[in-house]
Amino acid sequence: MLRIGPVGFRIGSDWRAPIGALGDLYRDYPLPEDGIVDFNVRLFAARPWRRFVRPAVTIGGDYMLPDALPLPLAQGLLAAEMGMNLQMALAQRRYLLLHASVVERDGRGLLLSGVSGAGKSTLAALLMTRGWRLMGDEFALVDPATGLVHAFPRLISLKNQSVAVLQCAAGQARFGPLLAGTPKGDIRHLVPDATAIAAMDRPAVPALLLFPTFGPAEAVRAVGAAETFVRLTQASTNYVALGERGFATLRRLVQDVPVRAIDYADTDSGIALVERLWRELA
Amino acid sequence: MGARYRAPPPGHVLILSLDPLTAIYHRASGQTHVVAPPVPEMLALLVDPLTPGELLAALGERYDLPDGDVAALTARLDELAAIGLVTRDAI
Amino acid sequence: MSGALVAAVLTDPARATVLTSDAWNALIAAARAEQLIGSMAVRLDGLPIPPAAARIMADARVSAEQGRVAALWEAEMARRALAPLGVPVVLLKGTAFVAAGLDAGRGRSIGDLDILVPRESLDAVEAVLLAAGWEWVKPDPYDDAYYRRWMHELPPLIHRERDRMIDVHHTILPPTARPTPDAAALIADAVPLGNGLSVLSSEDMVIHAAAHLFADGDLQGGLRNLWDIDRLVREFDDAGLVERLMARAGRHDLVPATARALRLAKRVFGTPVDGFAPVASDALFARRLLARDGWGRLRHKGTEFGFYVRSHLLRMPPAMLARHLWTKFRKT
Repeated sequence: MLRIGPVGFRIGSDWRAPIGALGDLYRDYPLPEDGIVDFNVRLFAARPWRRFVRPAVTIGGDYMLPDALPLPLAQGLLAAEMGMNLQMALAQRRYLLLHASVVERDGRGLLLSGVSGAGKSTLAALLMTRGWRLMGDEFALVDPATGLVHAFPRLISLKNQSVAVLQCAAGQARFGPLLAGTPKGDIRHLVPDATAIAAMDRPAVPALLLFPTFGPAEAVRAVGAAETFVRLTQASTNYVALGERGFATLRRLVQDVPVRAIDYADTDSGIALVERLWRELA
Repeated sequence: MGARYRAPPPGHVLILSLDPLTAIYHRASGQTHVVAPPVPEMLALLVDPLTPGELLAALGERYDLPDGDVAALTARLDELAAIGLVTRDAI
Repeated sequence: MSGALVAAVLTDPARATVLTSDAWNALIAAARAEQLIGSMAVRLDGLPIPPAAARIMADARVSAEQGRVAALWEAEMARRALAPLGVPVVLLKGTAFVAAGLDAGRGRSIGDLDILVPRESLDAVEAVLLAAGWEWVKPDPYDDAYYRRWMHELPPLIHRERDRMIDVHHTILPPTARPTPDAAALIADAVPLGNGLSVLSSEDMVIHAAAHLFADGDLQGGLRNLWDIDRLVREFDDAGLVERLMARAGRHDLVPATARALRLAKRVFGTPVDGFAPVASDALFARRLLARDGWGRLRHKGTEFGFYVRSHLLRMPPAMLARHLWTKFRKT
């Protein structure tokens, strides 16, 4: 059992290895409040002999996708992380969930929202090494009642080249095992730093929203209210399910928070650009 | 067969201006629609049920439309009826 | 077993005020697995429970409320599409409970829209729905022919914009099942809601829930059906309810199913019905209905399989079952 920000999880497994890996990487995280979890994740063998013969981990839990493909046991840690993400994506109803990484400074939050491959995890991890507080690399949790963004600092999922980038920038940080050849490429998890874990119960006021794109030459573009609104509905897994609370939450974001789309060709200039826009706009 | 169209009463929809578009949250359906002008203006007028001809005249009066086309307006109204944002009552 | 804990807390919510954290985790997992978390959250509203549990229950109530809005909207869109036909349209199951404002609808999870229409209107209803944006879910001609010949409903349709399913029934059990309910009476005695839609009469609502519990599926999700029955009986309860219920069940050929449902509801939820002493085989049903472990997983795999075969046998006479399995087999 563990707690990530305001969300408690209980993870069960037919095998010991994934639980061991999780327990080690999440060892500094608190327990769920009252010992009661928000979501259960279960890693199981779809057929009994799959516990032993070419073990294949099926991801289950309170909420499941009917046709999720199993992963090899060596990627059990990834399965557990995906299981937690899946519960959030399918069933989180307390917060508006946005696909975004979030970092914080002075109580004010910077949201980086983009599709997979836009570099939001990498940028957030690098900002963490530069004195920002990491609030999450995957989901921003926006409270409909207050408009504040809550931290969800799970393990940072680094893919392919960004693993080396962060090993260079955060040499003394703790990394999980290299998971080679996953459906998403080579993955290595980075444990958020002590500040991120210690401060995870402190929410932030959203102060700047960026839509990064990795690849093209550096550019900054203003984003109109309509485009922001539509992009955020697409970046949310539970906007529709939240009904009127989702609409009110997006209204507040669109009206209160400055927005830019940015292109960056390499991570160094990307970080410089993000910090410059923060000084100018937030 | 003619028809009158009517929009949800005030308070049944929430409006967010996203210049130049408008987001409309429809409480009865729980759906959000992002629409272009003159849909918000049409919905405002349709709080009283109107035929397409009557609506076109009212739009022309208020918003100074150059020239109107009842057939095109009827097609837009039927699209709005298909998503449930207006109700179509045969007359 | 956690299924039993779900039943105990639904019946007597005060039980929740003394649970350990392990019991809470088991309770919540099992209630989610049985799709009873919303109903439970309504029952626990206002009770002194740990803050972490209270937040989960508050989320479940909000979620159920949004589900109610979506279900009523789906019914409204079907009403608008079908209104020009002028045929009776009777809402069934969860949508009917919330549309009629019944206790059984409070917090209830609602999936597909189920409606009942006269058999002779099926073709017209199908045509109108297809014109209004609904599409076939399965394009498979065998499944299609199977549904049309042997089932009590059209093949499922899904709306291409809203992504919601509608099941159009012309009776409440497949024609292949032994009991043959009086579909005309179901429609004739339905209660109008005043907006062009109607719901089954009180007695038929309970009988349908009972028929659904045993004849449709392998008792999966059965605890929720049984909870529906408990809520309906308690809400409709008056001196003559049980007599009227059993007389009506006779007309629909559903006396054994209705009687067993009432016995099980009494056994599991303490539903207040006089008589209905348990019979030996009820224990097997009860065990199956309550078979969840601390993670919400089904236990007793053997029991489950027995019920699956049984439910197929109920729907289809043996020769037809063989033909069905053969055709399915050849396809795979």
